[in-house]
Amino acid sequence: MNSPRTRRRMTNIVMFAITGACTLGAVSVLFFILGYLLWQGGHALNLDFFTKLPAPVGETGGGFANAILGSAKLLVLASLIGIPIGFLGGVYLAEFGGTTPAFVVRYTTDLLNGVPSIVMGIFAYRIVVVTMGHFSTLAGGIALGVMMIPIAVRSTEEFLRAVPNTLREGALALGATKWRAVATVVIPAALPGIITGILLALARVAGETAPLLFTAFGNLFWSPGWNQPTASLPDTIFKYAIAPYEDWHQQAWAAGLVLLTLVLVVNIAARFILRRQRRDLRG
Amino acid sequence: MKINVGRVNFYYGKQQALYDVSTRIRQQAVTALIGPSGCGKSTFLRSLNRMNDLIPGARLEGKVELDGEDIYSDEMDVIHLRRRVGMIFQRSNPFPMSVYDNVAYGVRVNKLARKRLEVDEIVEKTLRAAALWEEVKDRLHRSAMSLSGGQQQRLCIARALAVEPEVLLMDEPASALDPISTAKIEELIYNLKQSYTIVVVTHNMQQAARISDETGFFLNGRLVEFNETKRIFTAPAVRETEDYITGRFG
Repeated sequence: MNSPRTRRRMTNIVMFAITGACTLGAVSVLFFILGYLLWQGGHALNLDFFTKLPAPVGETGGGFANAILGSAKLLVLASLIGIPIGFLGGVYLAEFGGTTPAFVVRYTTDLLNGVPSIVMGIFAYRIVVVTMGHFSTLAGGIALGVMMIPIAVRSTEEFLRAVPNTLREGALALGATKWRAVATVVIPAALPGIITGILLALARVAGETAPLLFTAFGNLFWSPGWNQPTASLPDTIFKYAIAPYEDWHQQAWAAGLVLLTLVLVVNIAARFILRRQRRDLRG
Repeated sequence: MKINVGRVNFYYGKQQALYDVSTRIRQQAVTALIGPSGCGKSTFLRSLNRMNDLIPGARLEGKVELDGEDIYSDEMDVIHLRRRVGMIFQRSNPFPMSVYDNVAYGVRVNKLARKRLEVDEIVEKTLRAAALWEEVKDRLHRSAMSLSGGQQQRLCIARALAVEPEVLLMDEPASALDPISTAKIEELIYNLKQSYTIVVVTHNMQQAARISDETGFFLNGRLVEFNETKRIFTAPAVRETEDYITGRFG
């Protein structure tokens, strides 16, 4: 029993068991959350949930249609800000930034990425909400858009860097200008990856709550245009979950289920696009 | 003489890669550059179309003339230079687009033809010149990535020919290919020299002997010997050349 061989074998078994159990734990958390959401919120999920406004306090039923539309509008605004700046910034970093400027920009975006979302919310509150004098979809969209920028920059940069240098040289050797080579050869080669990165950035900010609390604020009704407070899924979940009514809790669970499903679908779509690109590049 | 190189010294930052290289490249002939790895032959090749400009800290002293015009002078339009001096790389690098679009790329970038029919014509002509037309004519609009390695390399040659260059630089164009594809590339090079000036870097000495008219031997950043291929391989003047081609080192 005490021979080195037995001890080695025992260590092996123990380590395998520990690491395996931890892996199982990590993986099962997602399924646990999904299952729990289904169990708690599944039956509150009906057509009304997607088409009706929240019911007034005291009445049951109603839906989250305004929050779903609000989230969609916020994400559109966030994309309008985050995608162009993030994408072009990433192109600059990968293709045009020299060593020192690129280092500075890269470091700055990493720091920006680390800014807690609540701080981003206060920032948007001060810049947009206080200036305009009221909460609005616009303010929420800006807060989310700024959060998207660093993620989009870094993923764009990484996928561009993964494009083999011989492609750049090949285009330049044919008499293409640097811009032309980047726009017609390098970016198309990296595009599926870049789209994936941007989808993931979008999925990430779709679930952000803190920056919306004092920018988009929330709303029990429709929010026409971009200039009024709006409901959104994460923020409605927050408010419904802390309310003292049992049926609100169920609706919060249902909204959580919808949000998580959305994020999962985007994630899976992103991976799918990326796999296709890898296949195409390999030929 | 198509290209005239006078006392070129080349530096990557502080590290010198070429020492006092002077030579002349003959028109409508194949010039082979041989030598052990790291001897500077690729650096030399890439300095002929200023591809080294892309490397931060790279610097060249001396003179490189194309048809008597200094390509490193301030008046030189590098974009135009690279059109005149095309390049084939060691690893085939088709763009991730269709076979047709690959060949048409340089044509479009340089606005050599606008009408669809003209582009069609150039694509067919250059694919024929690269001995690839028969193999790809039924899948011109399929991804270039679906071609075999040898076909991809010939596609890259076709793509380079499409912009009507005067000089073709080839950096070990067949080193990643199987013997049959290599033979096709060599045959192609042999045929192309009637219309183009070709400079080939190669590790394969039999290949240099087979396809080239003139050969330069590089060692430690110096052009040790430059002469007709026949003479280099039968009666080299310098001891190091003889040692290298007989396989005593490198």
